[in-house]
This record gives sequence, structure tokens and C-alpha cells, in this order.
Amino acid sequence: MTAMLNIKDLRAYYGQVQALHGLEFGLNEGSLTTLLGANGAGKTTTLRAICNMVRSTGSIEFDGASLTGRSTENIVRLGIAHVPQGRGTFTTMTVEENLQLGAITRKDRAGVTSDIERMYDHFPVLKERHTQQAGTLSGGEQQMLAVARALMLRPRLMLLDEPSFGLAPLIVRDLFKILGKINREDKVTILVVEQNAQLALELADKAYVIETGRIVMSGSAAEIANNEDVRKSYLGY
Amino acid sequence: MSAVDKVASEAPPVEAVPKRSMTLGTGASLLMLALLIIGPMFVKNFIVFQLTMLLIYALAVLALNILTGGSGQFSLGQSAFYAVGAYTSAILMEHFGVNYALTLPVAGLICFGFGFLFGQPALRLSGIYLALATFALAVAMPQLLKLGVFEHWTGGVQGLVVTKPDAPFGLPISQDRWLYYFTLTIAIGIYIASVNLLKSRSGRAFMAIRDNEIAASAMGVDVALYKTLAFGVSAGITGVAGGLGAIAVQFVAPDGYTITLAISLFLGMVVGGVGWLPGSIVGSAFIIFVPNIAEGISKGLSGAVFGVLLFLVIFLVPHGARQVAIVAQQMLGKLTKG
Amino acid sequence: MELFINQVLAGIATGAIYACMALAVVMIYQAIDHLNFAQGEMAMFSTFIAWQLMQWGVPYWWAFLITLVFSFAGGIVIERMLFKPLAKAPVLTNVAGFIALFAIVNSVAGLTWDFTIKPFPTPFGSSPFLGSQLISTHQAGMIGVTVGLLILLYLFFQFTRIGLAMRAAAALPESARLVGINTSWMIALGWGMASAIGAIAGILIAPVVFLEPNMMGGVLIYGFAAAVLGGLTSPLGAVVGGFLVGVFENLAGTYIPGVGNELKLPIALALIITVLVLKPAGLFGRPIVKRV
Repeated sequence: MTAMLNIKDLRAYYGQVQALHGLEFGLNEGSLTTLLGANGAGKTTTLRAICNMVRSTGSIEFDGASLTGRSTENIVRLGIAHVPQGRGTFTTMTVEENLQLGAITRKDRAGVTSDIERMYDHFPVLKERHTQQAGTLSGGEQQMLAVARALMLRPRLMLLDEPSFGLAPLIVRDLFKILGKINREDKVTILVVEQNAQLALELADKAYVIETGRIVMSGSAAEIANNEDVRKSYLGY
Repeated sequence: MSAVDKVASEAPPVEAVPKRSMTLGTGASLLMLALLIIGPMFVKNFIVFQLTMLLIYALAVLALNILTGGSGQFSLGQSAFYAVGAYTSAILMEHFGVNYALTLPVAGLICFGFGFLFGQPALRLSGIYLALATFALAVAMPQLLKLGVFEHWTGGVQGLVVTKPDAPFGLPISQDRWLYYFTLTIAIGIYIASVNLLKSRSGRAFMAIRDNEIAASAMGVDVALYKTLAFGVSAGITGVAGGLGAIAVQFVAPDGYTITLAISLFLGMVVGGVGWLPGSIVGSAFIIFVPNIAEGISKGLSGAVFGVLLFLVIFLVPHGARQVAIVAQQMLGKLTKG
Repeated sequence: MELFINQVLAGIATGAIYACMALAVVMIYQAIDHLNFAQGEMAMFSTFIAWQLMQWGVPYWWAFLITLVFSFAGGIVIERMLFKPLAKAPVLTNVAGFIALFAIVNSVAGLTWDFTIKPFPTPFGSSPFLGSQLISTHQAGMIGVTVGLLILLYLFFQFTRIGLAMRAAAALPESARLVGINTSWMIALGWGMASAIGAIAGILIAPVVFLEPNMMGGVLIYGFAAAVLGGLTSPLGAVVGGFLVGVFENLAGTYIPGVGNELKLPIALALIITVLVLKPAGLFGRPIVKRV
């Protein structure tokens, strides 16, 4: 397996404040990786830096090509879909328009139409509501919509920022099941940032732990889950 | 209306300016004061008159700054308050023979009341809607002043001529110079009062409303009271400036107080730096001198030259004179360290 | 009663002018979230271009078309050169930029074409429309064009990909970038479209108010008022608002004693503000739920 995404010496800044201090990690093609860490550790910043939504230095390579200096929209066009924290739903538009927006950079109209149907298969609740304003959906439904919107890009890499945030446990399980399925069946590489470490480790095959802007631990999900420190700090037993 | 509409945590229209950076350091303040006192001793009467206008417009810009930079409310109607102040002074002096100095507090009080009352309906409006409402006030004011009903007092379209006061106690200085120092005294008084107002409990309430109205009300700030109060204070100071303006120009007429004046004051605030009180005098200088400079460069294209100069200023310093002051301060800090 | 009906009709006729301008205002507001105070001057300038072309012997419709293309391109150029650099500047600084643009365009037009009023031709003729003395064929044509423009805009925003992308970029710029939309160019496109719509408004208005550099002053104020009254987010609201403002203005002039031409504007504005105090998001606007 080759590394699809390679990050070296990543430093990110909010004004004068430095949030990442030389982050290094890689993602293998087809993997499902999770990035764990406490509040303020730099998880969201890492995802935002990949999409050039925050000022950063260091090298980020996707398929061997550097992402440095590319605008957010150009990075997305390479096939990197980002489901941001808070979901970024276009609340005043309908569910279907949200899905169309996900595929706005694609030229194959027939493919887009069939992909929308595929999303309705993945998430039947979206089909029921396809003419409804997206803002009227419940939190869980909006999260499904956000994932579906990201998939409409036919991404090669999908970045998810705390998809479990604010959702009921049962819905989180459903959502994670679907993410696993997308990873296996559609061969989408996934990087998911989570505070719900237990569930994320069940789902992922590889994990990194980030603390105050640095990677402090890495390994297979099983190894990390069995690590004593991780168990105490993040899993609570 | 759909059940759930767009939920937006709207960015406040005015950036948060921390309290301490709304004013000037002691050293810089004293230097400025010395310049203002000594400068006019050595120039011609006409320039003294222009400097008087500089102070008067600086007061009006300061008033807008308290409203917009302090409480986050936007107004294109300042010319209306200025007009009310000017007419109050003029009518009191010419019809009732009141001493010019005594007309100013009356002008201030009347405008405070007017602004406070206007603030009531404005409470329900914000941003662009408030801009439109205040704009309407500015457009209506010259027309109202022309109305036949008030003509006996206002002089209608012709306006009123105001007598220029002499220096008191037989002081051996010209009328212009006397008026300048008179205006300077009032301006300093109002500036100090304004700085203290913004540092006070009320000032904190203004700024809390500016930065986040809902959060401010949740913390127990009486939003309605403080918003109307900000309007009142701003209108009151503008009214004093208007009164002084009437005395300095020796004339009031409806067409002197059109929307153009309100727009000028707005530009003065932006150029000086929104929320930075000392910038008011820089903004005032811009609106008094730059049109003249533009006219000097090209008579036919003076508007275009003015526009280009304005663009240059906002490209170079989008945050106005405040930005220059901050940079200067940092450089000074480096120099003293090194 | 007949006087009333006549005044309403006359109001609708002038309202068409405001409606047309209000459409341009809403267009730019959707794209950039500000009101462009220089919009009227840009429209005036476009109208002068059309006039100049016709002076050179270009037939009306060709002049119309060339002016539209010129205005569209001009709007984009202005955005790229003058307002893109201000994208990160405070809102009020942007407003100052609009005022500067206003001064520049007005002054350049004045120097180029001077301040004497010039007649401007109408393609619709100016005979009474359907025998009514109150509405001319030109005014009827104007209403028709405004409504047609509204329908075209609706179709554009609802059913084209680029329209969808523009809406997304205006609603949530960050999310729009995350689906690959170049939001910066969407803003430029918004400027171009608003400028072109403004040109149509100017060309339609010029036969009524006559062509001169200050012709749009009053019209723009009413156009703003109309857009705000209708709710700045709704093109339909803008058009309805435009007609309402026209009717308000006429009725106030007729029925409120002592209101001459001079006080019509303040009274119309006062009425609008009353409506806004009761319904702060405008008649057709979408109230925005604020979150702390």
C-alpha cells in the first residue's frame, strides 16, 4: 500500500497563536484512520490545514502532489471531501439541492443523478425529505446529509470532523456503520476526527493520538485501544 | 414562513475594539493638545476659521463614533441632529438674544432628547434597515426646515444670519481666534467626557451590545435603554457641534445640512478608524481638506480625484488612522527596546 | 374614487422604475451582502454608453446589447480591481469604497457628457397604453421587461448549476468552498449581473427622467427603499416593493395636505420605515434567527 496523504512538519497558526507544532502522519489508500485527542488538541485544525482553511506551513502531499498554495476549492476538486464541524448544511436549500451542490464540480450529469439515487439508498430518510428545506432536518438527519453531500463529490479521501457530535448514541452507531460500508465498498479513504474514542477505535483500522498540536502515539486501532494511557485518558476505564 | 429558518451567528457589523485601544496615550494626547493650542497663533484668520471647522466636524465625527464604534448602531442621519443643533443656537441667538455660549447646552439637550426619541423606533431596526431609517431622517430634515409653518423662526429657504461673537473681557484677539479657542475648550471637554463615558459602566454596556446583543441582554444589560441612550448622547454631541458650526459660519440654511453632510461625517469616521476616538480629528481633516485638494488637482474631475484618494486611503489603511497609530506604536516600542 | 384609481395606476407606472432598480439592488445584495451605493451611478454610466453608441449611429437594439455586455464586463472589472482587495476589510470600509466609486463615476460621466439633460429614445413608443392617459406604452413596456427579468432571474437561480453555486456562495461561503465552488468568482459574477441589470434599468428609466449624470440619485433611493421593503433576499419582494413604493409616493402626494414634491420622498420613506418597524425583515424577506 502506498501513502495517499503525507503530512510533514505541519504547523498552523490562528493569528499569533500556534495551534499545530510540527505534525507528521500519513494515510494509506483505502484505510480508515481516526485522529483522537482532547478538546483543543488540534484535531479540527489539522483537517482545516489539509484544506488550506487556516494559515499553515510544512508539507502536505496528496498522491505525491503538494497541496501547498492551493485554494480550498481547488483542493476539494482533487477529490478531498471535508465534512466540517457543525456540518455546514445549506439550511435554506432543499435536501436535493444540498446533494447537487456536493457534485457541483462534476461534469457527468447522468452520474450525478444516479449518485443522488445511491445516496437515497444509503440514507432512506433523505429520500423522504428530498424537497424539504435542509434546515428543518434533525441533527442526525443533517449529519447524514452532510456525509451524503461529501460523497456526491465521488471523493478519494473523505475528512470528517466529529460526526458524532450532538447525536444520540443509536444514531451514531448507524452513521458509523455506513461510514465503514462506504470505506469498504466504495474504496473511499477516510480520516475521522473524534472525541468518541471507543466507537472510533472500533471502526478504524489505524489511529493517531494528538496532544497540544503534536502526534504523541500511533498504531493500529487495536493497539491503541489496548494502550493503558489511552484507555485511562480517552476510554475511561 | 418555514418552521426553521436560517440560523446564523452573524458577525457584528463593527469589529470589536478593546476599551483601552479606543483612546490615546498620555504623551501623545499632550503633544496633540500643545499643537492645537500653539498652532493657530501663527496662521492667518481664514486658516484659523478652517481649524475651527476642523474641531467642529471632529466633534460630530466623534459623536458618530460613539454611536457606531461604541454601541454598534449605524447612522446616516447625523446631519439631521447637526441641523437641529445649528438652528437651536441660531434661533435662540437671533430671536431671543441669548448669549451664544448659553445656546450650546440648550442645543445639546434638545438634540439629546430628539436622538433619544428617534432611538425608540430605531430599536427594532439594525444594520441596513437602521441605515435606511436614519437616511430618511437626513433627507427629510432640510425639507422640514423649509416648511412654511416654521418660516417665521427658521427663515425658510433663506435661512438665518448669525452674529459672530467678539472676544470677551476686551481680550486683544480676533473674533476667529477667540472662537477657535472657545471651540477647542468645548471640544476637549467633550472628548474627555466621551473617553470617560466609554470607560464607564455605560460604555461597557454599549460595547457588549455592539459585540453581541443577545448575549448582552442575557447578562442583564438593558439593551433598549442603552441603545437609545447611545443615540441620545451621539445626537447631543452632534447638536453642540451644529450650534458651534452655526456660530462659526454665521449662517444657517436648510441646504447646508443635506445628506451630503451625513455621508461626509460617515467617511470621516471610517478614515479616522471606527471606534477610535482620537481618529475623529484625522477623519475631520480628511473631509475638510481632501475635497479642496481634489479641486486643486483637477476642477472638472474633482469628484473622481476625491474618490481615487479615498480608495487609496482605504486600500492602504482599511482600518483608518487607528491602524497607523497601532503601527507607529509598535515601531516606537521596538525603538525604545533596541 | 376615480382619482384614487388613477393615482394608483400612475404609481404603478413610476413603481416600475423603482422595481427595476430594486432588482439590481437585490442581485448585488445576494452576491456580496452589502448595498452598493454606487449602483445607480453605474447604471447611469451604462445608459450613457448606450446613448453614445446611438449617437454614433448604432441601431437601438444593438446599442442595448453592446451596453449589456459592456456593463457585465465592467461590473466584473470593478469588483476585481477595487473591491476584491477590500474583501477582508471591515464592512464600513467597503461602504466608504462604494461612496468613492459613486464620486468617481459621477464625476467622469459629468466631464465626458456634461450635465445638460438629454432625451433618450424608447423602443415602445410613448402613446397612451390601451387608451389610458396615465400609462404610456413605454411604461407598460417597462413593467413587462421588469416582470420578464424577474422570471429569468428566478429560472436562473432555481434551475441552473451556476445559479445554485451563486446562491450557495452567498449563503455559506465556507461550505461553498468545501464543495469546490470558487466563491470569489461568484462574487465577481454577481457584480457583473447586477451591473447588467442596472444597465437595463437605466436604459428603461432614461426616457422618463431624461439622461444626465444625476438622473439616478432619486431613483436609487427609491430602489433601495423598495428592495428593503420587499425584503432584501427576495427578487419577487423587490419588484412588489418597487410597485408599492411608487403607489405610496403618489398617494401621499395626492391625499396628505401640504405635501409638495419636496416632501414626497421623506413621507414615502417614513411609510416604509413604519412597515419595517412592524415587520423588520421586509414583506417577503426571510427572518434570520440569531444565535449567540
